[in-house]
Amino acid sequence: MTDNVTPYVGSAAGNRGYMRRFLNLEPINLLWALLFLVLIVLVVGPIGFLIKVSFQEGGNGSFTLDNYLEAYGRWRYLQALINSCLLGACTALLCVIFAVPMAWAVSRTNMPAKWFAWASVLGAFILPPYLTSIGWILIAGPNSGWLNEGWRWLTGAETPLFNIYSFFGIVLMIALNAFPFIFLFTKAGLDMISTEMEEAAAILGSPTWYTSLKITLPLVWPSILGGIIIVFLESIALFGVPAILGIPARINLVTTQLFQFFGYPFKMEVAAAYAMPLLLITISLIWVQRLLLNRKGFVTQTGKGGERRELDIGKWKWVLLAWCGFVGALAMYLPGYTMVVASFSEAWGKGMSASNLTLANYYDVLFVSRLTQEAIVNSFYFAGVAACGALTIALCVAYVVTRKLVPFANVLAFLCMAPFVIPGIVLAIGFYAAYAPPPLGLYGTSAIIIVAFIARFLPISYGTAAAGMRSINPEMEEAVRVLGGGRLTAIRYVVAPLLKKTLFAGFLLVFIPATRELSAAIFLVGPSSRVMSVLIFDMTEEGRFEAVAAIGCIILVTTTFFVWLGFKLVGRDFMMRTNH
Amino acid sequence: MAKLDLNGITKLYGEARAVDDVNLSIEEGEFVSLLGPSGCGKTTTLRMIAGFMRPSSGTITMEGRELSSARTSLPPERRDMSMIFQSYAIWPNMTVAQNVGFGLKLRKFSKSEIDRQVMEILRVTKMDHLADRYPAELSGGQQQRVALARAIVVKPGVLLLDEPLSNLDANLREEMRFEIRRLHDEFGITTVYVTHDQGEAMVASDRIAVMNAGRIEQIDTPFDLYNKPRSHFVASFIGRTNLITGKQVGGAFEFDGFRLDAGAFPAETAARTGMVDFSVRPQLLRLLPEGSQPNGKPAVQAVVDERSYLGENWDYLVRPAGTGKALRVSALPSDRHEVGATVMLEFDPEQMVAL
Repeated sequence: MTDNVTPYVGSAAGNRGYMRRFLNLEPINLLWALLFLVLIVLVVGPIGFLIKVSFQEGGNGSFTLDNYLEAYGRWRYLQALINSCLLGACTALLCVIFAVPMAWAVSRTNMPAKWFAWASVLGAFILPPYLTSIGWILIAGPNSGWLNEGWRWLTGAETPLFNIYSFFGIVLMIALNAFPFIFLFTKAGLDMISTEMEEAAAILGSPTWYTSLKITLPLVWPSILGGIIIVFLESIALFGVPAILGIPARINLVTTQLFQFFGYPFKMEVAAAYAMPLLLITISLIWVQRLLLNRKGFVTQTGKGGERRELDIGKWKWVLLAWCGFVGALAMYLPGYTMVVASFSEAWGKGMSASNLTLANYYDVLFVSRLTQEAIVNSFYFAGVAACGALTIALCVAYVVTRKLVPFANVLAFLCMAPFVIPGIVLAIGFYAAYAPPPLGLYGTSAIIIVAFIARFLPISYGTAAAGMRSINPEMEEAVRVLGGGRLTAIRYVVAPLLKKTLFAGFLLVFIPATRELSAAIFLVGPSSRVMSVLIFDMTEEGRFEAVAAIGCIILVTTTFFVWLGFKLVGRDFMMRTNH
Repeated sequence: MAKLDLNGITKLYGEARAVDDVNLSIEEGEFVSLLGPSGCGKTTTLRMIAGFMRPSSGTITMEGRELSSARTSLPPERRDMSMIFQSYAIWPNMTVAQNVGFGLKLRKFSKSEIDRQVMEILRVTKMDHLADRYPAELSGGQQQRVALARAIVVKPGVLLLDEPLSNLDANLREEMRFEIRRLHDEFGITTVYVTHDQGEAMVASDRIAVMNAGRIEQIDTPFDLYNKPRSHFVASFIGRTNLITGKQVGGAFEFDGFRLDAGAFPAETAARTGMVDFSVRPQLLRLLPEGSQPNGKPAVQAVVDERSYLGENWDYLVRPAGTGKALRVSALPSDRHEVGATVMLEFDPEQMVAL
């Protein structure tokens, strides 16, 4: 609609005072320009610089292809790429094994205590992957892990039963964190299938297991595949687990290799060139995933589920329930419990006894060490500011897009969603390339981390804000205007109060992951801007697991609190949407 | 209360003419409906009056003051109008009293004055017992009343209604038609009412503007619109009708298969020559048993093709002898004729409208 596009322009006719009333110039075009500028800084700048720097010689900045030659010229670097892809594939497969039976049980069967499966899923969401790893180091570390100690004591064997510092260890850790994606995607797909489809097979004489395999599974296959793609991408872009488990085990992966380029000798330009496959794989797979999930022709995607009845699966329901419990134990209960115990122990190796019990770890972390105090404050401060910033930008863009106030508003929406296809670690390198060196020289400041967090979580904010705006009928605002209120009056008295829940959800959906973000932070923190996740990583390298466990428990408790708050104030589907 | 004039209002969407040269002059205190099928441009016209859209050409003036033209448009908040929306647009974050008082607050009335006026309008709309409720706790009809109260309490120069009853169930719709007219009679606000339901328009309006494909086909009182339609569209859109074509030949109109003496028609119709289209309402045709004595009105022989019994009347489809085109006849329940029976179809040329 072109009417609202241009500001009201006065005509030449008529007297001046009269014309002034016509000249109701809305500052909307100014806002558009401002938002565009902000998004250039947040999204276009980092990616532009990433690409630019990858073609530049370090130091003098002249054009070269050497960075690419170096990045892909050594077998060791290529091996890391292959390893990462293998890791992604194995993780996705393991996630399917974990999650598909759970999703089927919750969606289609009469398994009792379905909340139990949900608790496992939620637990996996709450525990960040690097904390799961730390819990599991305490369980299955080759020397002091109790699983291996117990095994040696029982059998007298020399070798450990299961060494967490291994390729399979990394796969398991990531899978235990990522299986909820497949669970949610699969369940969403299953929820769309009418029971009548299965009954139509049953009436023709097909046994239950055959129907499930030949009718149900093929129908949800696109959904499962969509989840597999997300898990694959999460796995190849993850930094924490590969760094904590892979570096000691000398397993080289893309993300840890990128980290090493940032070490000594410092090769930022090579890192930029080396990050390209990660970026390209992500963009193309997200595109494939969209195609898969948008495909028409599958009844499952029409949104009309039809009637669904729970399938009676007899005693198998107990098997499935046990499976849900088993996955939950691996993902949440075991590592969580171990971490809590370790955080109250003087030394993990000494085992559980009254003499080993202490509060010293918490006392050190909270009241003695300036380093940890700073990191805790920084984490919440950065996350809070980033959440507010992302939400403000997202709301402004969502408003001008849904109300069609300016031309090319969709450009703004596109830019808001663009970081969705940029892995956090790649985005961080882009921010480093763009803003860390002079003239801006933002390396090590709070500002660069906050801005990077805003960019990283902007798609989540925008998704929430746009959904909120779409739910408000424009007539609500028009009713204000026709009664004599301006656009700002309408926003203040009607739009803002109606968006309260959305605002709160949008804040938490960024705040919670931002307090624990590691991949985007690791390249950007300086001595005075460290956050909890980075500190945990550093202290793990030093082997201070008891203090790490204490910080981990602090993250766990605060996250749980904010998730609970979200459930309480926003609703039960909080954090569980598949399309954020 | 104000006089509102639309002069040559046109709205283009690319090549398409959503509203095409609409001229409409609404007197102070008059109730005018814009009636037409969906997509006829009536809502677009209303939104241009409200100031949410700007015309591509033409002007809108209120009391002689220009509100809209192709180049300038006074924003809605400065037009001294109020509007009732299809969705009611009751703000769910405010109570009934706060919703109704919002316009007064914007007009900077004192707190006590706002309370007094709000309570008074709520009493008039029979909503005073619900003043402290939130909209989610109200039924559709009650929300509708809140929307009415909110729009009227500010005493706007012009009140605009955009299909306000389309979301209500049938009984409530009937009731609210009269309610809207009652409030208009009480406050005398100049009103523009957009609807696709002719019943609503006929109950409430002083005049109705029938719109089709962006143009106004006819503006008239409900009575004249029904009895003196001036186009095919108006004749068939307002109530049901039979459209037939006759040719005047030698002092009689020759129709497809029968002829009627021109002398029986009103003088101005009889004066027309060549092909003339007529609108014949089903209830102005009568069916008589075969062989009945004519009672001064022309009758032709016809056969009953179909019939259905609707309780209040019979709905017949009869075909005059020697013609392909059947006519619809609405008859009293006592006028029973079997399908296939031969009957006499009686015309009333006095009431056949030449288009």
